[in-house]
Parts: sequence; structure tokens; C-alpha cells
Amino acid sequence: MDTVPPPVDHQHVVFDDGIALECGVTLRRMVVAYRTYGQLNAERSNAVLVCHALTGDQYVAETHPITGKPGWWNMVVGPGRPVDTDRLFVICANVLGGCMGSTGPESPRDDDDAIPWGTDFPPITIRDMVHAQKRLIDHLGIQRLFAVIGGSMGGMQVLDWAAAYPDAVFAAVPIATAAYHSAQNIAFQEVGRQAIFADPDWRGGRYWETGKVPARGLAVARMAAHITYLSEQALTRKFGRRVRGGDGGLPLFGDIFEVESYLQHQGSTFVDRFDANAYLTITRAMDFFDLAAEYGGDLSKAFTGTPIRFCLVSFSSDWLFPTAQSRAVARALNRAAANVSFVEIPTDKGHDAFLLDEPDFHRTLAGFLAGCAEHAGLVW
Amino acid sequence: MNAPVSADGVRYVAKNMRLDLRLIAEMVAPGSRVLDIGSGDGTLIDYLYRTRGCDARGIEIDMAEVTRAVAHGLPVMHGDADSDLAQYPDGAFDYVILSRTLQAVERPREVLRQMLRIGERAIVSFPNFGHWQLRWQLFWLGRMPMTSVWGRPWHETPNIHPCTIRDFFVLCTEEGYQVEKWLAVDDAGQRSPWRRFIGLANLFGEQALFLLRKI
Repeated sequence: MDTVPPPVDHQHVVFDDGIALECGVTLRRMVVAYRTYGQLNAERSNAVLVCHALTGDQYVAETHPITGKPGWWNMVVGPGRPVDTDRLFVICANVLGGCMGSTGPESPRDDDDAIPWGTDFPPITIRDMVHAQKRLIDHLGIQRLFAVIGGSMGGMQVLDWAAAYPDAVFAAVPIATAAYHSAQNIAFQEVGRQAIFADPDWRGGRYWETGKVPARGLAVARMAAHITYLSEQALTRKFGRRVRGGDGGLPLFGDIFEVESYLQHQGSTFVDRFDANAYLTITRAMDFFDLAAEYGGDLSKAFTGTPIRFCLVSFSSDWLFPTAQSRAVARALNRAAANVSFVEIPTDKGHDAFLLDEPDFHRTLAGFLAGCAEHAGLVW
Repeated sequence: MNAPVSADGVRYVAKNMRLDLRLIAEMVAPGSRVLDIGSGDGTLIDYLYRTRGCDARGIEIDMAEVTRAVAHGLPVMHGDADSDLAQYPDGAFDYVILSRTLQAVERPREVLRQMLRIGERAIVSFPNFGHWQLRWQLFWLGRMPMTSVWGRPWHETPNIHPCTIRDFFVLCTEEGYQVEKWLAVDDAGQRSPWRRFIGLANLFGEQALFLLRKI
């Protein structure tokens, strides 16, 4: 478990001209790994880009090649689902800086093919991720996406897509997200990063030299983050104060409470599929995100004159990306006189609700897309 | 009730649409930009889009209604008249509609100002508190009136700012709004010529509908 997993051959496209990053560095070569579902129509007008979250990947609606688990958005993307692959052509790319086939810290260095970037990988921004996705979309011959959809960090990408390419997007669905990463969110991410740094196996990011990954640190990072994805009510409902079976004396430490073993399981399974340096890179990209800052501090300027139809969705018990942050985006869109729908879904499932069975959310998404299809002249 | 016939001769059926919504729709020019405040399940904006080709959007305070509207593909956002109108730029809409909600907002005068800032025209409908039945109940029984229009007891009602047709005319004068059209109707939607007189309308009209613009 602590060793580097064997590489999987992910579907990908290579851009030999590389990509100029916002930090000023140019990567000489860029790989974008992606998956598609459904059929692109003759007019190339039914393409939907799904943007994945921090620890998500391009395996949206199929069995994951590494974990063997169902796709992370199986409930939302598929035939007859809210994002209906019988009608829509769905694309999802692994983000730049990720570890599921796209260029990231695990990729070979520009100046030395024999060793990976590791922590020398340049800092990536949400805008860089969007630029990489745009290259993929161009490569696929799509001029305008019918919709860009994503939750959490995926929602940040959606907002950035809308700001950067207003004419290449018909509808945008930012879910459980914000226009900037809050101090509290940066703080939680920093706890995770420090856990990775503190793992001796991390070796300053050069763990590829030993073949032993910083599993402990990455698992703790995941555990801390996972708490922020849930809610107090959800934890109480699922675990309460229940202790694990066993008679006689309980140990002072170890997984006594069910919630502890749940978190430990979340942590240990995470390290099998995620690279620690990629985790550092991507969490930093989220921290850097502040869309308004790029438009003189006024978020509405990011959307001036936008023709895009927006649907913002938040979840009532989400304290990581609370409704107030979605409302702030909605109000900025109002200031830009944009076409915006905005719904808060009542749920006790916290931030993770966007990944879970939330019928109101799914109805909302399906209805919004159907309405947009009518306006876009898509045959539905 | 007969299906009304729209300007372009297309027959449409809006069986369940509230009467005042249909009267409002008749005031809206085809193809215009419309914001409906308190849009409920989105019936009016759907109707305006389908029959008049309007770019119609809604704001609604009841989240269940918002979800229902968006799930029907309608552009509705959660928000409320008292705090969210200030966000829109000047002149963003051709019409801003407030149907049967004026009496329930916290600051009706400010809401009207915002409506005529962000919209070229405002369409306002409200239940008339000057109706003879209300006057009669208060006078004769000495109790807060309750009718089919004013259907909730005083301690339950969300209607914190009821007004009469005459009151509303006074407010329009004070604020410098031009009343382009107005009409009073009974609950069944019947319009009568004598209701063109303010005094009679204020006595016999159960609901009032105003089309305003800034002078």
C-alpha cells in the first residue's frame, strides 16, 4: 500500500506545444487525460464539460480503473440521468496538476525525462486548469460548450470558464462553490499540507526516489479534509457516539468510535489513488483562486455582458462552501444583469451533498438543462 | 373560462393562471426583458416567454417554489424584494413586475423605487384594502376584516402594508410616478366601465393593477 501504484494507461491527448502558465513558466509538453460519454451530434452543439473537484478525476460515470469503484457522479451523468448521455456528449478532463494522467507533479520534468517534477512542478491556478480544458475542447473540434458543470473546485472552474470564455459556453452550473477560497478553507487545506510535510516518507517531495509514498501524511490530510465535506448532523446521523464492538476494556487510542474508523478508512483508501505532490499542487490552486481580484475586486466585472445562462446550486448544511458564498456570486451576476437561477437545496449531508443522492438537486439540474436546451435549439 | 387570444392570434390556455397574472401579461410588450418579483412557481415568466417571447426571469423567496421553477427550466433565483433588487444595474429590464406582494414587503416605497430604477416600467398588483366589504366589516363588527382576498386573521397575515387604491395613487404622486394604465377588478376578473372612477374602484375593486413609469 505504501508503494507507488503501477501506472494505468489513461485516455489522453498530448499537446507538444505545451502551455504557458499564469505563473510565467511554460510547460514544454502538456498531456490532458480525459473521458467522454455519449455521442457528439453532427452540429457539435451538445457537448457538456464536467469539471471535477479536488480529489475527483475524469472517471465520472464508469468504474474507476484503479479503485474499481463506480464513477463519482454516476447518479448525475449517464443515460436518463440529469446530465443525460443519451442526449449530451459529456467530457471530463483530469485537471492540470493532477495525478490521473494529465500533466502534474508525477510527470517527467521538462529538462530531464528520467525524473518526475515532484515539488518543482510550477504552481498551477484554476485558470491554468481551464486553459488546459479549453485546449482539449478545441482539439475535439467543439466551438461552444452547451454547458460547463462542476461542484466545489469544479465549480470554481465553471466560474472561471464563464469569465474567460463567455462565448464558448451556453450554460454554466457552478455547484457548492465560491468565487474565492475563504480564509477558513485555506486554513483547513494548510492542515492537510502540513500533515504531508510532516511525514518522513515525503522527503521534501522526492519520495519517488524511494518508491515509498507519504501515505500517513496524505491519509491525515484526507481525514481532516473529509470532516469539512460532511456536517455535524450527517456525522451524528451516521455514527453518533457509537463505539466499535468488542467486550471488555477499550484501548485508550485506536479506532474506538465508529466515526474514527470511518475516517481512517477514508484516509487509507485515498492514498492508493492520489499523489501527495498533486494534492499539494491542487490545494494551492484552490487557495489562489479569487476571481474578483482579477477584475479589480468587483466580481460582476468578470461577467459584464455575459450571454451565459447560470444555475447556481448550494446546500443548506454545507459549511465549507456555504450558501452565502453562492449568493454572493448570484448577486454579482445580478449586477451584470446576467440570466441566473439560484437554488439552495435543503439537506443535512454537508458539502458532499453534490455527490450524493439529492433528488431536489437532480431535478433542478435536469430541469435547468432541459430549459437551456430549448433556448439553445437543441433537440431534446 | 374561455381561453384568451393573444395579440398574434395564437390561442393559448392558461387555466390555472391567476387572473391578475393574465391581466399583467396583457400589459407587457412582446420580446421585452422582464423581472417578476415573487415569481412563485414561475407561471407568469413561463407564460411571458412562451406567448410573448419575453426574456423573463424571476425572484422568489420560497425555496420550494424556486426549486420547482428551476426544475421546470425557468430562470428563477432565490432572493427577496427588500434586499435583492438593489443588486441590479439601472435599466436592466423593460418591465419589473410585483404581483400581490407589495403589501407583504418591508419597505414598499423603497421596493417601488428600486423597481423603477432597474426597470423602465413597473407593473404592480395588490389587493385593495378600500373594498366595501372590508370597510363594512371593520365598521359594523369592529374587527379586522377577513374576505376571500384577505383570507388570514390579523395575527397570521404576512400582509404588513395593506393599502387602498386611493393610497396608491397618492404614493405615485408623491414619488413622481406616471400611472400609464390602471384598472380595478373583482376576484373573478370582471372589469366594468364604472370602475374607471377612482372612488368607485376603491369601493368595489377587489384587486388593483398599475402600470407605472418615472416622469
